[in-house]
Amino acid sequence: MFDPYRIRTDFPILQTKMNGRPLVFLDSAASSQKPFQVMDAIYRYYREEHANIHRGIYALSQKATEMYEQTRIQLAEFFHAKCAKVMIFTRGTTESINLVAQSWGRANIQRGDIIVLSESEHHSNLVPWQMLAEEKGAVIKYIPVGKDFKYDLSTLDEIINYRVKLVAISQMSNVTGTIYEVKPIIQKAHSVGALVLLDGAQGACHIPTNLQELDVDFYAFSAHKMLGPTGFGVLYGKEDILEKMPPWMGGGDMIREVSFEKTTYADLPARLEAGTPPIAEGIAFKEALDYLQNIGLAEIHKHEQNLVAYTIERMQELGGITIYGTDDLEARGGVVSFNVNGVHAHDVGSILDEQGIAIRVGHHCCQPFMKKLGIAGTCRASFYLYNTKEDVDALIEGLKKVKEVFARVVKR
Amino acid sequence: MSLKDDLYKEVIIDHYENPRNYGKLEDAHICEKGANPLCGDELELYLKLDQEKIQDISFEGKGCSISQASASMMTELVKGHTKEEAKQIMQKFKSAILEDKEQNFSEEEMELESLLGVKKYPVRVKCAVLAWNTLEQALKRG
Repeated sequence: MFDPYRIRTDFPILQTKMNGRPLVFLDSAASSQKPFQVMDAIYRYYREEHANIHRGIYALSQKATEMYEQTRIQLAEFFHAKCAKVMIFTRGTTESINLVAQSWGRANIQRGDIIVLSESEHHSNLVPWQMLAEEKGAVIKYIPVGKDFKYDLSTLDEIINYRVKLVAISQMSNVTGTIYEVKPIIQKAHSVGALVLLDGAQGACHIPTNLQELDVDFYAFSAHKMLGPTGFGVLYGKEDILEKMPPWMGGGDMIREVSFEKTTYADLPARLEAGTPPIAEGIAFKEALDYLQNIGLAEIHKHEQNLVAYTIERMQELGGITIYGTDDLEARGGVVSFNVNGVHAHDVGSILDEQGIAIRVGHHCCQPFMKKLGIAGTCRASFYLYNTKEDVDALIEGLKKVKEVFARVVKR
Repeated sequence: MSLKDDLYKEVIIDHYENPRNYGKLEDAHICEKGANPLCGDELELYLKLDQEKIQDISFEGKGCSISQASASMMTELVKGHTKEEAKQIMQKFKSAILEDKEQNFSEEEMELESLLGVKKYPVRVKCAVLAWNTLEQALKRG
């Protein structure tokens, strides 16, 4: 039985206060909070289990290596990958995408090639491609986002043609919470011989994802949005593609043999992972995956949808609020983006902050998408497994306060 | 102390609702743009100079109440003053808000005190100083 009140007891930070008021944390889309199981794993590792991995001949190092690699095996299961070695460890989604751009992209993208993104991409899945396109003389095209906040697929056949080498799109929007229909795009891309990178920064933590069934070529995500530590993330790639990718960072761990003249490189996954990684974070990430698996992403998703529906209902009741997101609740994750009419998002954020309520305000690292929507920014409340209806009630009370302070300028 | 007393004083809301000197000056000598890219505050200042004097000033922009109210107050205060006097007011305000130094504001400048509430909200300080930094840039050019 899914019980957010029970779950909350595993998250010590949710018992703390902010500005003297009980913390109402509604910013999990930026970074989730951590259960004590994850924190304990980090503490235990440094107290009892720490040694560098992949090198020591002694038991301590071997045990640390085993535990670290256990996370890789767990990840392959969690996301239904074919094997563990195709889960490449990075510092997060941003580094995962940069890895593809720098390694695969520089080797495969040529002048005149097309890279297809969507209009709602966050800067992490936009800037690396712009950098690559500029270097190579490639062209970037965008799949539009329609009035219903879903990908507009009506012009897909024109956008994805034989010059397209890569399609890099999001599984779920961090701004509107839309869970996108990506299968037709993946099929279309493959039909012209293009690869697909799916950005799972928001999706991985909310949507049960089967990578083999989805048939994506790359998948990128971060641990810290799914109850895990910061500074740790994953790039999944199909084995035959990863095998052909040149190393992108040189150093220890990624070599087979080094002489003064030449270096031969290690096999996957080590070849794409230079240097000593964040070991404690990697080991603790497994605890986060276990935690999510015990509860079940599908259950969590259902809970988030209930909260979203309740939030929208209460906001409509309150009035004077514009919500940016699809009406199709089935296609939504735990995100509600909105503006209090007439009041700037930062003013809303400050007033809520004073009442202990943490939301994100601004452009959400999606400046081009904001420009398309014709707004400077939005307020975003985002939910995860530990949020409750009471959190939503607190938000609504907070918004009443906003309307009171700005009574003179609030528009219906 | 509630936030309404602290940060969102009535005078700020008033300037936000009815910004003074708002709009474009067609025959401006200087047009200076300012922005806080991270939060999306945007500002455009128009200045008409008569030698050392700021004969007329106006602004256009969008952003939070703090950034817009600060711009509105700033234009009111420096209009009709010399560039040197404007710089002095600017320094006074910035020193009060950025260095937390006690300042003796004249009666005319009193409204600026309403903006000092942002000192408690470090992420909002840049909203309050945007108009003043933009003015500083404009005066360097004029």
